[in-house]
Amino acid sequence: MKHVLVALLEDRPGVLQRVVNLFSRRAFNIDTLTVGHTEQPDISRLTLVVDSTATDIEQVVKQLYKIINVLKVSDVTHDPTVLRELALIKVTATRQTRSEIVQIVSMFRGHIVDVAADSLIVEVTGTEDKIDALVNLLRGFGIKEMVRTGPVAMVRGQSGVTTFGEETRPRLRAAGE
Amino acid sequence: MAIHPATRSAASEEPRKDEPRKLSGARIVCECLIREGVQVIFGHPGGVVLPLYHVLPEYPIRHILVRHEQAAAHAADGYARASRQVGVCLATSGPGATNLVTGIACAMMDSVPIVAITGNVPTTAIGRDAFQETDITGITMPITKHNYLVTRVEDLARVLKEAFHIARTGRPGPVLVDIPKDIFLKETWFEYPETVNLPGYKPTLHGNARQIRAAAELIAQAQRPVILAGHGVLISGAEAELREFAEKTDIPVICTLLGLGAFPESHELSLAMPGMHGAAYSNLAIHESDLIIAIGMRFDDRITGKVEAFAPKAKVIHIDIDPAEIGKNVKATVPIVGDAKLVLRELIKAVQPGNHRDWLAQIWEWRRKMPLTVIRETDKLLPQYVIRKLYEITGGDAIVVTDVGQHQMWAAQHWWYDKPNSFISSGGLGAMGYGVPAAIGAKVARPDETVWAIVGDGGFLMTMQELGTIAQEQIPVKIAIINNAYLGMIRQWQELFYNRRYSAAYLGSPDYVKIAEAFGIRGLRLRTKEECDTVLREAQEYSGPVLVDCIVESEENVYPMIPSGGTIQEMLLDPALRD
Repeated sequence: MKHVLVALLEDRPGVLQRVVNLFSRRAFNIDTLTVGHTEQPDISRLTLVVDSTATDIEQVVKQLYKIINVLKVSDVTHDPTVLRELALIKVTATRQTRSEIVQIVSMFRGHIVDVAADSLIVEVTGTEDKIDALVNLLRGFGIKEMVRTGPVAMVRGQSGVTTFGEETRPRLRAAGE
Repeated sequence: MAIHPATRSAASEEPRKDEPRKLSGARIVCECLIREGVQVIFGHPGGVVLPLYHVLPEYPIRHILVRHEQAAAHAADGYARASRQVGVCLATSGPGATNLVTGIACAMMDSVPIVAITGNVPTTAIGRDAFQETDITGITMPITKHNYLVTRVEDLARVLKEAFHIARTGRPGPVLVDIPKDIFLKETWFEYPETVNLPGYKPTLHGNARQIRAAAELIAQAQRPVILAGHGVLISGAEAELREFAEKTDIPVICTLLGLGAFPESHELSLAMPGMHGAAYSNLAIHESDLIIAIGMRFDDRITGKVEAFAPKAKVIHIDIDPAEIGKNVKATVPIVGDAKLVLRELIKAVQPGNHRDWLAQIWEWRRKMPLTVIRETDKLLPQYVIRKLYEITGGDAIVVTDVGQHQMWAAQHWWYDKPNSFISSGGLGAMGYGVPAAIGAKVARPDETVWAIVGDGGFLMTMQELGTIAQEQIPVKIAIINNAYLGMIRQWQELFYNRRYSAAYLGSPDYVKIAEAFGIRGLRLRTKEECDTVLREAQEYSGPVLVDCIVESEENVYPMIPSGGTIQEMLLDPALRD
């Protein structure tokens, strides 16, 4: 099963290297990894997708916590979560196929962000499944180039993954404790 | 060689934190070390750390010049294990730093608090493949608890404060601080921070009360419980609590290799070391147990063997300060994250007095049938005999530091450790070459105690240049080389599992007495069983550093043995005990 983990990191030099190092050192299998800024300066946010059939999720969480610059790790898999991925897809487009491509992209609420004589760049956001579906449809036209960010996640409503109130909260408990 | 009366008071005539002063990075390092109570550092100079070496003699810090940086790290490790203080080592950039790597990895595997300070090329040269440049923070990332590259002199005091804090608290471990040359030279206002601010680092010390109650319930129900006590008990200083807990509940205690000394081996509840070369009766007790209470140990594969077949009937209470250890190798029925001492205090209150005399009688019966310390009758000089003799001569009143291999196992089997921190060994990494430098560290930490380095000839050869350090600093360690002219454990595995093809296992016998004498160290040779007592006694009574070349039977094996990844059914007993 795919698990979505969110981690907050102190934005220090080498912190991403520490995280990536850990995965190879412990032979953790990571599907995707996305990192970026947050609402707080000096804190980065990491979204990971990990397959639990290959990797012990509890160990991933605990080992991440052992990195001094990791502030918080949450498994949001079972929370109501908004999960989004961005893809840029360069599709071969001739005069004959262009309008059909545009139509398909608009059904997926994507955008055409670049038009050239023989190609288009499509920008689309959504869940992994949605992007997969669009990619499958566009494949018939000829995909020249593609980049996907991997998902980022945010829990809906009141709860969320922030560092607020962390000082008073006991952490680093083993599962079942 | 002059030894600084290294005390904090000696330096306290100078103004301290009252009035901030502008100091160079090199001086800030020294000031920080003094404030952390550091009295001794083990190091080797090089180009980029010269600014630090230039000012070091002005401070009441004893610097011990090692002959190879690996020894600096191992000596800091031995110092830390013997003293329960943070050990400090110092090396230059590039090769100096990379030479520390084995020692740092060893400290990481065995949870030993050391701070490694390395120099690096000036910040302006970093990334340009400058002479003796290496990315030591990148290299040591997986083998340190944390590491730092200091790029601003203003950060230096804070970083060192954090480094010592991280090294010694929680589950201890090595922290490396890499300091570019220009940072040693730049000046800034010096003020040592009183506290650390590490929002991502808050070790859990107190066990969860509900889990402690659950543990007490399991203990009350158990018929055949055993305690597995590891290095964590020693690190936490929980020996008295462990004893009280074991006595109150009447549960036998098995100390792991690194836990030896956490519970007195002369105690009636003590069972010998478990695992690959552990006592058959201890392994049987674990196998038949219905409850394992694991305290500050991590179910290493050398203890569990085939993990699926390990302790099949037992529920597990696992107490460890590192949550990641719980459930990593063996599933815990009741996990308790916390400091061993604090958790045991609560657990002692929560449990009822127990009685397990039937279970103990069963284990003692196994022990009678399959004792651990069998030494076959022969006129030859057996390695086990030498170690046993050394135990008798010292009365067990010594710190034993071992290297890695057969002699390490015999030193664990044939010596009874009654006091904490009296057995120092590279358990996790199994780093050959550890013994001699770690013994230097241990002796410097506890100069009033006898320190015996029991090493194999193979391991000795890896760091024997440290005889130079021992001679120059007149560190009176005693070294017994258990010399079988082989890489003994390699030869044993080849005998048992590789059809006796002794590929690359033979070392031959250089004249170790002459080597000692060449360094100005007393060298003695032990060849026969008859002279064993006299020679070892002479070494024991000699006041200075001394090396004994014990030429022992070359093809002796360590038993019992459970082959790697095997189960208790595959255990090979000593030939004398086989049917």
